[in-house]
Amino acid sequence: MSEEIIKNIIVKENEDYIINMGPQHPSTHGVLRLEVCLQGETVKYIVPHVGYIHRGIEKMCEANTYPQIIHLTDRMDYLSAHMNNEAVCLCVENAMQVEVPERVKYVRTILAELNRLASHQLWWSAFGMDLGALTTFFYGLRDRELILDIFEESFGSRLLHSFNTPGGLMHDIHPNFQKRTKDFIAYFREKLPEYDQLLTGNIIFQQRTKGIGLLSREKAIAYGVTGPSGRGSGFSCDLRKHAPYSAYDKVQFNEIVYTEGDTFARYNVRMDEMRESLNIIEQLIDNIPSDGHTAKMKPIIKLPAGEFFQRVETARGELAVYIVSDGNKTPYRIKFRSPNFSNLFVMNELAAGGKIADLIAISGSLDLVIPDIDR
Amino acid sequence: MSSTSTIYDFSTLTGSIDASLHSWMAPGLALTAELVLVGLVFLTFYALLGLFLVYLERKVCAVIQNRYGPNRVGPMGLFQTIADLIKLLMKELIPIRRADHFLFNLAPFIVIIASFMAIAATPFARGLQAVDLNIGVFYVMAVSSLGVVGILLAGWASNSKYSLIGAMRSGAQIVSYELSVGLSLLAVVVLSGTMQLSGIVESQANGWWIFKGHIPVIISFIIFLIASTAEINRGPFDLAEAESELTAGFHTEYSGIKFAFFFLAEYINMFIVSAIGATVFLGGWMPLHIGNLEAFNHVMDFIPSMVWFFLKTFFLIYVIMWFKWTFPRLRIDQLLTLEWKYLMPISLVNIVVIAFIALMGWHF
Repeated sequence: MSEEIIKNIIVKENEDYIINMGPQHPSTHGVLRLEVCLQGETVKYIVPHVGYIHRGIEKMCEANTYPQIIHLTDRMDYLSAHMNNEAVCLCVENAMQVEVPERVKYVRTILAELNRLASHQLWWSAFGMDLGALTTFFYGLRDRELILDIFEESFGSRLLHSFNTPGGLMHDIHPNFQKRTKDFIAYFREKLPEYDQLLTGNIIFQQRTKGIGLLSREKAIAYGVTGPSGRGSGFSCDLRKHAPYSAYDKVQFNEIVYTEGDTFARYNVRMDEMRESLNIIEQLIDNIPSDGHTAKMKPIIKLPAGEFFQRVETARGELAVYIVSDGNKTPYRIKFRSPNFSNLFVMNELAAGGKIADLIAISGSLDLVIPDIDR
Repeated sequence: MSSTSTIYDFSTLTGSIDASLHSWMAPGLALTAELVLVGLVFLTFYALLGLFLVYLERKVCAVIQNRYGPNRVGPMGLFQTIADLIKLLMKELIPIRRADHFLFNLAPFIVIIASFMAIAATPFARGLQAVDLNIGVFYVMAVSSLGVVGILLAGWASNSKYSLIGAMRSGAQIVSYELSVGLSLLAVVVLSGTMQLSGIVESQANGWWIFKGHIPVIISFIIFLIASTAEINRGPFDLAEAESELTAGFHTEYSGIKFAFFFLAEYINMFIVSAIGATVFLGGWMPLHIGNLEAFNHVMDFIPSMVWFFLKTFFLIYVIMWFKWTFPRLRIDQLLTLEWKYLMPISLVNIVVIAFIALMGWHF
């Protein structure tokens, strides 16, 4: 059955006209190398080559304690740094059976959604630029800057905050945090329609994205495509809904699912998710409980021997953390199931048979972050 | 024609220069001197215009993108492009291994010569035109399409796959859109009954063709704008460069001043198509006249013809820049579909309608 679905067998021939997109190419957003075989303008097949930014994070984790591991996870999917931190923290807390204060849960949820917004804004900016609409980049970054300012005020860093720690947060949020977040929501609700005016309604943009890179629900599941890319194909996989963690069970929100499976559907999922993220933050921001920002933890965190698993929804899909512990302060083995790795390898399926320009649109719509693939 | 506008007539200036040269030179020598003078004037104008257009584009895109644009070097950043030019002049010309060096070096010159030749026939103001050919429109069309040879050579000689794809795209694109540009210009040629650019301007003394020619001329103006944007490889039709797909398209391998030539030619081409559009559809250097409003028309006459020409040209340049900074890029098959299935048939029908209008004398 799976052989029928996954026809990933590539026959290379000597006469193939092969160009290398990457490791340094404007549209791969990092050091990804795509070996693209062309017939004129048509893409025959793609072979992704990964590993240019492999740092051995999983191996490094084996030599580090759990609070130290948090800082390494930032460097995987740097645009979902908070969610990556949260995944490890939740896994450790579950393993130690620590109940974190409600305040921590609320703040983590708000931060995760702010981070998701910032990530989607950057994706929108870069996606427009991939399609040749250079102006989107400045609109997206203009609004993202405000989120990064909020982060900077509370954590002291803008991108890789490492704000979570097993048992809670490094320190409490800044007193201005609530006010600035509310200001941002009011501001961004006004600015989000600008995104639609600039790009979504554009006839050239719709022609470039509608019906391009069709991914069926079956193939999305077979390749393990999760996150907005999977939900654009009708694969209901939002872990915030299906396996709620932190404060996601306390808020009302819709899981955005589009069934078309094309690039435009994946685009729409992310655009709607931005609106949903605003809703989620709005529900939580006024009700943050004040029962402390960290649970009481032992000075040295040791996990009991055994296997522990936790998955969270990052801005790009399902991030799973699998820890094998032998009772020491460092994990025996840790494995990250990163969403981008699975999302990347569906690309040949989507782009083969299309034009070069479609390949760029598809890779943009999958929203790949390369350090997350290589780890 | 009112007498006031003749005070701005450049033919008195050029005539006196001509007479003074002839008074102390042999006719052949005087002609040579005039050719050299005109060449020097055009070279200077060309360089300054290129620099200014680059600056203008940076400012226009900055406005569209909520930025300031260049504002550090010189007053309002005016010297930024000059600094960039100096940087490009000093850069190393990287030799490409296994490239066809002769063609590789020749290509930028073909591109820049093509745009340089096209600028010669532009009527800048009353009596200010280097050559007033009786087939002016035809000449500009023919010369401006020479540039594609340079682009194809650049892509072919670079020995780079990205360049080759970019050049092939550009070839298909320019050859296709040439047709629509030609047909839309033909509309006005039919109505005014001349291909001479100065004649076309004169025929608009009592009203610009875009106002006189009813809806069909407005349609050809819009088609001209779209097709000429495509012909000069500007966004949203910049597939030949498509930096997110082909890094830089046909000029990927060029560096230093050779790259600057391509860069400059692109901006000058933008000026040329805007100038042709302004001349043919918007009355060239003719002032705006509205029917029988004598007082209004009289005031308009006092504005020098050169100002009118540059106002209209820069308006069109702004529109073309506006396209680039707000639209996503088309795909190659969509680009060719737009031309062959939409613009070209519409142009053909339009030209028949215009011929009918001209025959019946329905235009004003």
